[in-house]
Amino acid sequence: MQIYIVRRLLALIPTLFFASLIVFVTVRLIPGSVIDLMLSQNDIAVGKDRAQLEAALGLDRPMLVQYVRWVGGAFRGDLGRSLWHNTPVTAQLLERLPVTFELGVLALAIALAVALPIGMYSATRQDTAGDYVTRSFSILMLAIPSFWLGTLVMVFPSMWWGWSPELKYVALRQAPLRNLAQMIVPAIILGTSLSAVTMRLTRTMMLEVLRQDYIRTAWAKGLSERPVVTRHALRNALIPVITLIGLQAPLLIGGAVIMEQIFVVPGMGLLLLEAVGQRDYPVITGVFLVLGMCVMLVNLLVDLSYGTLDPRVRYQPS
Amino acid sequence: MLAAVVIRLVRRKPLGAFGALVFVVFLACGIFAGALAPHGMNEINPLYRMKPPSLTFPLGTDNLGRDMLSRILYGARLSVIIGFCAAGLATALSVVLGLTTGYLGGRFDLVMQRFVDAWMTFPDLVILIAVVSVVGPGMLQLIVTLGLLYGIAGSRIIRGAVVAVREDLYVHAAQSLGARTFRILWLHILPNVLPPIIVLFTTRVGIVILAEAGLSFLGLGVPPPAPTWGGMLAGSGRAYMYQGPWLALAPGLCLTIVVYAINMFGDALRDVLDPRMRGAG
Repeated sequence: MQIYIVRRLLALIPTLFFASLIVFVTVRLIPGSVIDLMLSQNDIAVGKDRAQLEAALGLDRPMLVQYVRWVGGAFRGDLGRSLWHNTPVTAQLLERLPVTFELGVLALAIALAVALPIGMYSATRQDTAGDYVTRSFSILMLAIPSFWLGTLVMVFPSMWWGWSPELKYVALRQAPLRNLAQMIVPAIILGTSLSAVTMRLTRTMMLEVLRQDYIRTAWAKGLSERPVVTRHALRNALIPVITLIGLQAPLLIGGAVIMEQIFVVPGMGLLLLEAVGQRDYPVITGVFLVLGMCVMLVNLLVDLSYGTLDPRVRYQPS
Repeated sequence: MLAAVVIRLVRRKPLGAFGALVFVVFLACGIFAGALAPHGMNEINPLYRMKPPSLTFPLGTDNLGRDMLSRILYGARLSVIIGFCAAGLATALSVVLGLTTGYLGGRFDLVMQRFVDAWMTFPDLVILIAVVSVVGPGMLQLIVTLGLLYGIAGSRIIRGAVVAVREDLYVHAAQSLGARTFRILWLHILPNVLPPIIVLFTTRVGIVILAEAGLSFLGLGVPPPAPTWGGMLAGSGRAYMYQGPWLALAPGLCLTIVVYAINMFGDALRDVLDPRMRGAG
């Protein structure tokens, strides 16, 4: 297991290197005309001239020096200062990250709570009406854009029942219940749209596992349906489902950006959109990098748990 | 061969064939938007603001009195253009990257795969927002950005298909005849990985249309007054949706139907053309 962890951590190094390069190069693409534009919008660049602004963005040094300085800073937790607020980017990120984290965890929990039971039901009742209904539902959920669903939730309940989601954000620490009541709406929308793929995969894996010999043995022992399905089948079917969670992490974060915009939740996504509106490039770079790292971290955790759950993974030679 | 595929599709996958039909209707709407639309896409009628659906305005009008049906039809045109161009670019890039990395292998492949790994860790939408913040919103920028984004990610699928045929006998035969790498890739490998390429392109069209709508929804896609489906749902127009709920329904419904149809079509195509990919993605 230790060797597995070490190997997995080493494999992270090239990915991290390329990821930092991608973030770095994207921001280096800023055309000169944008700097002029930033200068002309004097509310952004108050009292700064071109040279100062370029220095603030780190564009005044040779490429390699810039990259090394930027990565060095990132390692120390220094991602530069916001052009708009002149506060450290890291501080802003630390303030926003827990909000997005909460939304993500809630959405993931909802996605699993919806997907696993329905996927199991669908597999054990293959080709019945219930199976078709749930499958069609999951395919439909794949096609409905979450931002449309969010818009509908904003518009229709308020028209029909005069109910609209609370848009004035309350922190979890201040008023946990009000915060949850607020976060649950975007989390449900995000969770149901994520559950579609998980539901499909759970069903496919369950179908495969239910045909295995050890399931037949479990039936032959005279076990009733519940222990066969939950104890023998589900556990084995879950392993690929856990991998899928890692694969869905980027989707989850992308969806969170949209939900935060619709429901005015002050998380990383809203920070990114605000920064884009203000052309605050150090913040954009910071959010870009941190969200990428979050996905990497989720995938690392998934791989490690995969190693714990499935002994075959641990002993596989690379 | 094409006729055979179509017949197989209709017979074995009626839902997929239905998806294809919806897809063709959507294409036609986009191509003939100019002829089909009863009004101009940005034709403002101050007298007919916020009118509910009626015979003259089948989908109602918006806050400027623009006919929603016409805007939906022209929006289909934008979606078709961006969908096809960006998915085309993405597929071309995936094919070039997938063929070279898959066939050449070795250190080049190893480095490229780590790059693709890193690329794929970033959420699509976050890359798109970051890139648009730099290059600015606009149709061309969107097509190139979406093409790059999904091209790099999709190269994995083509690479997998190439690796699967790389050691086939006909490839070894061509190699021993002294064929150059380019000739082998073009004449021997490419035709054999065509099914996943076609499937990749089809599914990419749906993904790209959704991504574009998402960006336009956030105000980072094709700038207004261009009638994008995502833009019509954007928060800036939400105040009017309370008075005219039809404004919130039509664009989202169209988007859902088109993406659903493309997904159905893509799934069916995959099952018919490339049974190995069944259940993947």
